[in-house]
Amino acid sequence: MDFSDIVSNALRSGIGPIAAVYALAAMGLNLHFGYTGLLNFGQVGFMLVGGYGLAITVSTYDGPMWLGVLGGIACAIVLALLLGLPTLRLRADYLAITTIAAGETLRLFYRSSWAEPVTGGVFGLQRFANDFYALNPFEPGSYGVWLVRFGSRDLWVMTVGWTLVLLAGILLALLIHSPWGRVIRSIREDEVAGRSLGKNVYAYKMQSLVLGGVIGAVAGMMQAIQVQSVNPDSYDPAVTFFLYTLLVLGGAGRILGPVLGAILFWFVLSFLDSALRQAINADYISPDLISTSEVGAVRFALVGVALMLLVAFRPQGILGSRKEMLLSGR
Amino acid sequence: MRHQRMLVPVLALALVMLPAISARAQGGEVPRGPTFSARALQALIDGIQFGVIIAITSVGLSLIFGTIHLINFAHGEFVTIGATFAFFLNVSAAGPGWHLIPAALAAVVFGALLGAAVDRGIWRPLRARGTGLINMFIVTIGLSLLLRHVVLVLYGTRPASYAQYDIQSTVDLGPAGITPRDLTVTLLAVLVLLGVAALLQKTRIGTAVRAVSANRDLAEASGIDVQRVVLFVWMLGAGLAALGGVFFGLVEIVTWDMGFKLLLLMFAGVILGGLGSAYGAMVGSLVIGIVAQMSTLWFPVDLQYAWALLVLIVVLLVRPQGILGRAERVG
Repeated sequence: MDFSDIVSNALRSGIGPIAAVYALAAMGLNLHFGYTGLLNFGQVGFMLVGGYGLAITVSTYDGPMWLGVLGGIACAIVLALLLGLPTLRLRADYLAITTIAAGETLRLFYRSSWAEPVTGGVFGLQRFANDFYALNPFEPGSYGVWLVRFGSRDLWVMTVGWTLVLLAGILLALLIHSPWGRVIRSIREDEVAGRSLGKNVYAYKMQSLVLGGVIGAVAGMMQAIQVQSVNPDSYDPAVTFFLYTLLVLGGAGRILGPVLGAILFWFVLSFLDSALRQAINADYISPDLISTSEVGAVRFALVGVALMLLVAFRPQGILGSRKEMLLSGR
Repeated sequence: MRHQRMLVPVLALALVMLPAISARAQGGEVPRGPTFSARALQALIDGIQFGVIIAITSVGLSLIFGTIHLINFAHGEFVTIGATFAFFLNVSAAGPGWHLIPAALAAVVFGALLGAAVDRGIWRPLRARGTGLINMFIVTIGLSLLLRHVVLVLYGTRPASYAQYDIQSTVDLGPAGITPRDLTVTLLAVLVLLGVAALLQKTRIGTAVRAVSANRDLAEASGIDVQRVVLFVWMLGAGLAALGGVFFGLVEIVTWDMGFKLLLLMFAGVILGGLGSAYGAMVGSLVIGIVAQMSTLWFPVDLQYAWALLVLIVVLLVRPQGILGRAERVG
């Protein structure tokens, strides 16, 4: 077994572009779930409209990229309003079911043959981010220290991705420590108390849903840019579940929770993947037990176990405070 | 408010009647292929068949919500496990190669035992620790991820059919048709649903389940062993889900993610009928099944599930407590 290879893969995943995308999407989710107590199980739907908003504008209609970015953000705002209007007055679990259904409905619509002229159907859309890569200031080649090396393209996506994470973090920190932030946290703790103080709880929840959704949409754009393609099947509902896992791991209701969670999540996932594959190839694990083609499924099963154990034994995650995260129900 | 109550049933009825009415308007204008009314009748039959299968699986989801207020995201996995366990007994090279009927019965028992195991092994300890409902809700997601990927490893990604009743010729029912297999499945599913209703209405344990759903504290104070009722509900729900999985695998195909796909339709049915009401889940699921199949008359087949999910969102706008649910305003 080649340990330096395993560690190098894990480190590259932990700080790579995908970790930045997940950190950003989870920051939006953190605003919903961690700060406002909204159970949004359709964050992947916001990522989808963001990614497709960009891809469709540029690829299908030959529009400029900045218009695509605006389009994606506009789609996310509309989606948040559509989801929030009927459900935010109801109990929390209605939002959960509606958002997961909406995410899946969007995926089915975008991949249908009916929408194929616009969305590319099951094939998706490709090569719409050339303008983004044209701005790449890094000369072609490989950059890095020790075991961790990235190509110039990945480095450029990472730079922009982590910069967005930083900006979103600063924005959220300012918001959370403002009067607005105090209101949404009070809604999480006790909605009735917030209402009795004359706050329009519904409006605050809606603002939180829209803002977190827009952050999710920007994450979706970065993901689409990183692979230069959008495909309906990469917006599986499981993506939202992974976001919850890393959020609970890092600590919901903490600005740095999703960032730490995303880094650790991808580090561990990639570590398990490489280690399992190498162990099977080196015959430490019998291929009859797990074959290399099943490694992907095994590591996701382990993600499920980790999520259950975390919520049962350390619901506040690594950074959170237990007192704040005793989510009680409604 | 009063007239709004009628809106959803009327809409559902209109949706069912629409094809028949428009078919009459078109009457006989299509010389080749089946007429619109024939296609509509066929879609209605398919819809009822699909609807009762969703109903069998969603009753458990609704009962579990009714008794412990937990939305079980892992319920779809019970469906998949039922279908794949029967597949293992029935077809798999490593299995005993049983006939499908005993294999299906064994799958139901296995499902019920699995339901009991998760209640005793996971939910009961969590309840004892005083874990919040939202946290338990996230635990069901972890359980769903775990079970789904374990099935993926054991079963693989390839869709497959059971050994028996695979290919059958259609029996004509006027302009439409149904295979004996699908007819049997539909009738069996209806019988099972009637059986569940009788169980809830007539038996002691059924009364206890309804009592716990209506008011848990009062039921507990009246001497009902709530833990036992909850255990029973988990076994009943998971067993029914496993049976629904076998039925769904029989009329469609067995895949590793079939339960998760069905889960969203179950949610739609359960919410449409009224979250927590077992009869509501049955009615709502039937409507969802019919909507999904009927939509293919006008729209592409690959969107049929999407329409069913859109119905869910529309219902939440108009009547969030569902057809048979009680109004409960929170915010």
